[in-house]
Amino acid sequence: MRRTMLFLPGNSPAILLNADTLGSDSIILDLEDAVSPTEKDSARILVRNALKYLGYKNCEIIVRINPLDTDYWKKDLDEIIPLKPDMIMPTKVSDADYVLTIDKYISELEEKYGMEQGTVKLIPLIETTLGIENAFNIAKSCPRVTAMFLGGEDLTADLHCKRTKESNEIFYSRCRMVCAARAAGIEVYDTPFTDVDDDEGLVKDAQFAKSLGFSGKASISPRHVHAINEVFSPTEAEIEHAHAVMEAIETAKAQGRGVISLNGKMIDAPIVSRAKQVLEMAAAINGGAN
Amino acid sequence: MKENKLISSVKEAITAAGVKDGMTLSFHHHLRNGDYVLNMVMEAVAELGIKNLKLNVSSIFECHKPLIEHIKNGVVTEIETDYMSGSVGKAISEGIMEKPVIFRSHGGRPDAILSGESPIDVAFVAAPTADPMGNCSGKYGPSACGSIGYAFPDAMAAKKVVVITDNLVPYPLVDYSIEETYVDYVVKVDKIGDPSGIVSGTTKITRDPVGLMIARYAAKVIEHSGLLKDGFAFQTGAGGASLAAAKFLKEIMLEKGIKGSYALGGITSYLVDMLNEGCFEALMDVQCFDLGAIESIRTNPKHMEVSAQRYASNYYKSSCVDSLDVVILGATQIDTDFNVNVHTDSNGYIMGGSGGHSDTAAGAKLAMIVAPLSRARLSIVVDKVLTVSTPGKTIDVLVTQRGIAVNPNRPELKERLVKAGLPIVDIHDLKKMAEEITGVAEPIKTGDKVVAKVMYRDGTCIDEIKNVITK
Repeated sequence: MRRTMLFLPGNSPAILLNADTLGSDSIILDLEDAVSPTEKDSARILVRNALKYLGYKNCEIIVRINPLDTDYWKKDLDEIIPLKPDMIMPTKVSDADYVLTIDKYISELEEKYGMEQGTVKLIPLIETTLGIENAFNIAKSCPRVTAMFLGGEDLTADLHCKRTKESNEIFYSRCRMVCAARAAGIEVYDTPFTDVDDDEGLVKDAQFAKSLGFSGKASISPRHVHAINEVFSPTEAEIEHAHAVMEAIETAKAQGRGVISLNGKMIDAPIVSRAKQVLEMAAAINGGAN
Repeated sequence: MKENKLISSVKEAITAAGVKDGMTLSFHHHLRNGDYVLNMVMEAVAELGIKNLKLNVSSIFECHKPLIEHIKNGVVTEIETDYMSGSVGKAISEGIMEKPVIFRSHGGRPDAILSGESPIDVAFVAAPTADPMGNCSGKYGPSACGSIGYAFPDAMAAKKVVVITDNLVPYPLVDYSIEETYVDYVVKVDKIGDPSGIVSGTTKITRDPVGLMIARYAAKVIEHSGLLKDGFAFQTGAGGASLAAAKFLKEIMLEKGIKGSYALGGITSYLVDMLNEGCFEALMDVQCFDLGAIESIRTNPKHMEVSAQRYASNYYKSSCVDSLDVVILGATQIDTDFNVNVHTDSNGYIMGGSGGHSDTAAGAKLAMIVAPLSRARLSIVVDKVLTVSTPGKTIDVLVTQRGIAVNPNRPELKERLVKAGLPIVDIHDLKKMAEEITGVAEPIKTGDKVVAKVMYRDGTCIDEIKNVITK
């Protein structure tokens, strides 16, 4: 379950201390944009130590590394990979080769540290026009890539247009990303909503992303996490329906029936799979507090 | 015909009221950290050469720092109070007074005063508005503070009562709180307080993400406690996560259409909003925390002023705390037996007091502590609190950002919360989690001198505070 991915600056000890208590399904510990060049090394050490000693329990760990055209990305991976984060987020990914370069280096590190190959997954951040056009190739570039993430801010600069709250300027990119990811069989995540004080706008934006097919949404503020989670969580009606589906299956099994229906509708494999997914999510959301 | 009660100066009022060596003077704390009256009276008392006084003050703040000199000079030799912060607390902790401070709760204080256990010779009642016969109110005037609930027992039981106001209005003051039958003298002064220290303009909800997460859990605990239904009665504090919990609770109440009966205690704009939006039938207000609350108590008949004894008494036949369903409280420390410390800080200095903490915890069906698991690199959960302010048997739940601990004496509540999917953790495990990050703090070393006694709401002493060792 990855409804929310919360960006947290990698150079803030106070924030890192409680990073896994903020209700986000994933946290993105950022070594890139949130950290100034003069603090790159200290942030890297801080994130490494946070992963080593804080024992984050309640969420998935993603570390955003610096781009390939800097001197930092290899150093980032050198420090972080041995601590087995769930995922690495490469930035400004424009094509499959970009991903393969990182994949190769992570493989070397996994071998060096005796880790199983492919332990650490990749979630490429697509934030250039070239990246959007190559989205499917990026999604299929290597088995490590299990999700993609759209970054709307840098993308609009590349598109030579203004980022607006209505987000018409990224509509094509959103659709293209969802289509590419689904075609490749991976998950896809929407760009953050950047107005921290507009709760209504946030919900609308998240609902729209969900309607397009996004699996979840990134957030730059802990205050946005709950609202995004709510949008991407199953509703009470969906949970009830999922329970009903599972009960119908049990009843049919007990009666030895092969064909199962609920309220006059056939229950097939995708419906069962969706029902299981909904119940798993319902069980994982801490009574709705997250 | 009785003589005019108006007296031209504080000093003359002190003389007229017959203040003498060894007497007990009382003050209320509704002007909070903006209060001028206590200092004004004590300065005059000192100038008159009166010594060896006992002060009974509902709370002491940083603005009362001049008290330290009065203690050193022997003008003040005993203090009873419900709460003490700032420099006075620090000085008391360092042992400047021979006799220990007597700490009571907001319910214990009126009980002690009205039962005669703790008699008052002269009560000085700071009044934002008064008429010449002493009818007075906190709702009006440039120094308005809203409710003056804590002044009621003082006015009712003191042998002499002096009302001090900066807003004298013609007789009769129609909307009075304390009536003339109790009042001996009235003094008009230029200013009784600094409005900026009396109340804050608006009370704001925390933006701290950890505080918000705790508040969300707190609201969910209430939702699933079985108590959140029509007729629900609630109290929460004005700080950090407590106020945010009220916001989330409001959302749940509005969504589910739950009509509560009353909200109690120190009242903030957030509770006023909940009243106005139909979450409660009434507010019962012993103290206003912000301008929104003052405006409301002045204009809305459903926003009632209550006396300290009606708020939290244990001695009378009932008080408002007895009908509470839920109270949300803070803590500086909580131990694995759920005893709570709100008196002393991590260095052993006095920095607070019970206020209504132990009263509401005893009265409410669900007493909840909300606190971050660690503060200033120290675990909030400890093996044994430095000072027992509220006994653990009256605390039901501890809510932190890393989980919710339920008192083992509430197994049915634990079952409900587990069933709701909330992250329930044993309090010992919470302590372990905190200490994995903070390490185990060295115990605080205190001296042998008892500088304060903590009296529970029934008048029994539940703990003693020792002096800090200064280098």
